Amino acid sequence: MTNAPAIRVQGLVKRFGKTEVLTGIDLEAARGEVTCLLGPSGSGKSTLLRCIAFLEEATDGFIEIDGAPLGFALGPDGDRMRLPPNDIRGVRSKIGMVFQQFNLWPHMTALGNVMEALVTARGMSKAEAEERARARLAEVGLAERATHYPSELSGGQQQRVAIARALALEPKIMLFDEPTSSLDPELTGEVLNVMRKLAEGGMTMVVVTHEIGFAASVGHKIVFLDQGKILVEGTPGEVFGKPRHPRIDQFLDTYLDRGAAGLL
Amino acid sequence: MTFDFALVLENVPNIARAFGVTLGVWAGAVVFGSIGGFAIAVARRWGPTPVGWLLRAFVEVIRGTPFLVQIFLLYYGGPFIGLSLDNIPAGLFGLSVYAAAYYSEIFRTGFEAIPKGHLEAADCAGFTRAQTLRRIVLPEMTMLVLPAMVNMTILMLKETAVLSIISVPELTLEVSAIGTAHYAFVESFTIVALLYWGLTDLCGRAGRLAEARFSRYRFSHS
Repeated sequence: MTNAPAIRVQGLVKRFGKTEVLTGIDLEAARGEVTCLLGPSGSGKSTLLRCIAFLEEATDGFIEIDGAPLGFALGPDGDRMRLPPNDIRGVRSKIGMVFQQFNLWPHMTALGNVMEALVTARGMSKAEAEERARARLAEVGLAERATHYPSELSGGQQQRVAIARALALEPKIMLFDEPTSSLDPELTGEVLNVMRKLAEGGMTMVVVTHEIGFAASVGHKIVFLDQGKILVEGTPGEVFGKPRHPRIDQFLDTYLDRGAAGLL
Repeated sequence: MTFDFALVLENVPNIARAFGVTLGVWAGAVVFGSIGGFAIAVARRWGPTPVGWLLRAFVEVIRGTPFLVQIFLLYYGGPFIGLSLDNIPAGLFGLSVYAAAYYSEIFRTGFEAIPKGHLEAADCAGFTRAQTLRRIVLPEMTMLVLPAMVNMTILMLKETAVLSIISVPELTLEVSAIGTAHYAFVESFTIVALLYWGLTDLCGRAGRLAEARFSRYRFSHS
């Protein structure tokens, strides 16, 4: 198992009713690798990420985290079978998730948000949890804001608290679902810096993003999705360098129109 | 006819006792009603589908009929199905059931108003459903439903007056008896009105205090 990739996705299909959002995705992420999922809206990139977080259950296919099946496995009779809740909980504990809308709990301070799962879900003592939570908040540059409620923090600060909250649970993999899409450009930078530091520290990350510059500079692998399929996959140089897939060209044009040419 | 408060003063002990009954039935119905209402809302949201239908039907019936009719049916009709209750227990039970139906609707809309992402964050952090309910849903819902809860709780106090119809010795019944005995309706009902109003005002103040306390937890919209 030690040589298993951090994430392995095989033949993943997700249907909502009759709409096929993911049409057979195969993807691997090595440990310490930063994978950026790009694509137009509706391409299925967020759904793919949410399936890896097990917030959505895939209709078919398999996901392995560190070699352990997530949610579903091939049964002895060759059928796809759902694993028991405790197994699912165990594998999910290796995954940290950061949302576009931060999703901090509004009735808890920044410190409370970071401590909460340590105490409630992991059964850690309050003192120990607080020590760890304060350390994580310091890492995202928010030691001074520990006693503030989410409503008293800027969007960028809230998102950094959300990252600290996920990191406090010591995940092996961090998933980011458009982490800067609800932020002003000015606040985007502080969140991306935290993520950049995390990547440099060797965290395995999967990031759904529209920040092409971030993807090109921090991503080890770019995965471009279109209509529920992986259209292009490779290093930033391979995906963004010339010759380019015409669909990528078209996609990038919308960014270049907005003056992002210098980033590429 | 003169406005003679001396009449009322003579009856202070009776009025105090009746006020105590009103207070007790009200408090009991609010406590049992909100617990029951919460249970109904939880069962409708997370329970099996047929249970949800039954509870929905129950809520619709309670909301769709006057409390006066319900309490009559419970008190006079109850014995036909083996439910013989004295007037105070019947009043408390009837009002609690009535409250549960309304509170459950308040809680239900409260559940729906909690952003789904807050629950997903708890799910990702490894919370069990019970932990999510206790640590996230309950506190978030409390601040969302507080104004509606206060409103309903005030209404409940006034509904206790309906219990006079089944001879619960509460404020309205006792004071109207005094009024009848002395033909002093204006005096007696002025006192009744003041007592109800004083109590609802206290309740409203408590609600506003709680809302102020919770206001820093308000949802931030970025």
